[in-house]
Amino acid sequence: MIFTIGLRELKSLFLSPLAWSILAVVQLILAYLFLGRIEIIQMYQAQLMAMDSAPGVTEIILPDLLGNAAIILLLVAPLLTMRLVAEERRNRTLSLLFSSPVSMTEIVLGKYLGIVLFLLVLLVLIALMPLSLLAGARLDFGLLAAGFLGLALLLAGFAAVGLFMSTLTQYTTVAAISTFGALLLFWILDWSGQGFAGGNWLAYLSLFNHYKPFLDGIFDSADAVYHALLIVTFLVLSIHRLDADRLGG
Amino acid sequence: MNGPALVEVKNLTRFYGALQAVKNVSFTIHRGEVLGFLGPNGAGKTTTMQIISGNLAPSDGSVTIAGHDLLDDPRAAKSQIGYLPEQPPLYRELTVNEYLDYCAALNRIPRAQRRRARDTAKERCGLQDTGRRLIGNLSKGFQQRVGIAQAIIHLPPVVILDEPTVGLDPIQIREIRALIRELGREHGVILSTHILPEVQSTCDHVQIINQGELVLNESIEGLEHHMKSASITVAFRHPPAIETLQNLPGVTTVQTGKDGRVRVFHETGHNPTDDILRLAVEKNWGLYEIRPGRLSLEQVFLELTSAATDSITTEEPAITDRPEARP
Repeated sequence: MIFTIGLRELKSLFLSPLAWSILAVVQLILAYLFLGRIEIIQMYQAQLMAMDSAPGVTEIILPDLLGNAAIILLLVAPLLTMRLVAEERRNRTLSLLFSSPVSMTEIVLGKYLGIVLFLLVLLVLIALMPLSLLAGARLDFGLLAAGFLGLALLLAGFAAVGLFMSTLTQYTTVAAISTFGALLLFWILDWSGQGFAGGNWLAYLSLFNHYKPFLDGIFDSADAVYHALLIVTFLVLSIHRLDADRLGG
Repeated sequence: MNGPALVEVKNLTRFYGALQAVKNVSFTIHRGEVLGFLGPNGAGKTTTMQIISGNLAPSDGSVTIAGHDLLDDPRAAKSQIGYLPEQPPLYRELTVNEYLDYCAALNRIPRAQRRRARDTAKERCGLQDTGRRLIGNLSKGFQQRVGIAQAIIHLPPVVILDEPTVGLDPIQIREIRALIRELGREHGVILSTHILPEVQSTCDHVQIINQGELVLNESIEGLEHHMKSASITVAFRHPPAIETLQNLPGVTTVQTGKDGRVRVFHETGHNPTDDILRLAVEKNWGLYEIRPGRLSLEQVFLELTSAATDSITTEEPAITDRPEARP
């Protein structure tokens, strides 16, 4: 049942021009940044050759590419998640799901699955860029895998926050703005409190601090657990919020 | 009727904050019954239907659908209902076929049977030629039909329709009503409406709800009985003196209408029709019209839903507000 709802969600996304334009825009911007990075390698090729233990191609390109991808997707993810529940509530199609023999958990997980599948498509498209370098270079697959795992976890977190924000309102723009606000806040939590001891726990909560190690090729299970907790928390909140819909009215 | 109750609603109560939208409503529906749910705007019709369909949780009371409690076992209970809300829950970007397939899947119809379920539902709702069209491009009437098709695709024992004929043209209304009658043969149907003739033409059972309370729960025959009031209307070519009629046994008052017709009010147990007929022949009054006074459904409705209950004294022939007979 979760699959049925998820696939429907994914297909509906591709029926609207929004999904296509998002895929195109993200790909275009990242391709530009990616090419810029390649140019740098070409410029400094001589120096790199001369260095002992020079950084590899993957090491030069990937952290930068994925760092930028995270920022761009932070802007784009709210646009994808905003319509999940808000639009259905607006169009009053939610009652179709509510009166079907489907539990709230299945509805929420189905919707979540749909959006995560879409983000995976986006991820694969981004991954094709560094992979294209295989034609003329050797890549560090360990670093590549860690980086993309990090991005996948990050996007899954974005989707969970976005889904929750979408259950709060019937206005898609409100859902988008609040998702963006929440994500950005999570991102910049470490900016404040730097320098004195009390701020450390805030920095610890920051999404960014749990994404960066992946880009350096470090897979710390604590970071993975952080993302998993974030996802589970917001999914549970979404389920409760939809349940409250029936109670509150 | 026959068999155990399909839907059993007990002491249903629902608050919106301090406002009590539904007060202690109880009723049952059996297979093969069409229940008309009547009430003015804001009476609690939609709230009640949303609760029965599982879209709203009741503040108090219980709903049992085909033996499954809606709160304790929502999945089993919900698989027994098809629900068409006031605004059909349609995804405008899908085609009719895609949409109905999705509904079939949501209702856990096995993959192999979905196609057949979809075709049957389309046929019953007259949608055979629209399968590949986008729902957003269909006319209102066809969208409404898709909504009904969605509600019956899994052949649920109970079908709940919230104002299914709103915004349709007269031909479509007639077709939808025929469809509802047909559904009523195999399913239990709950139909909410504020169009009174619709109830007379489609329902077996009528409930009137006002300010959250059930004020009438009657079979359609019982309603007919309700509508017969204690009066007869007669017209004579040579009218007798009012007193002559007045003095007949059982007669309480006599009114003369503008058009020469005379209204004779009588005690309920004592109908003077026979006496009037006999005298009219004997005394050559030239009787050319005699009919029982009837309240229209509107008047019954008004009587039950308005505070001023004794304001109903005028009568109209009930025939005029029945544009079509029950099929």
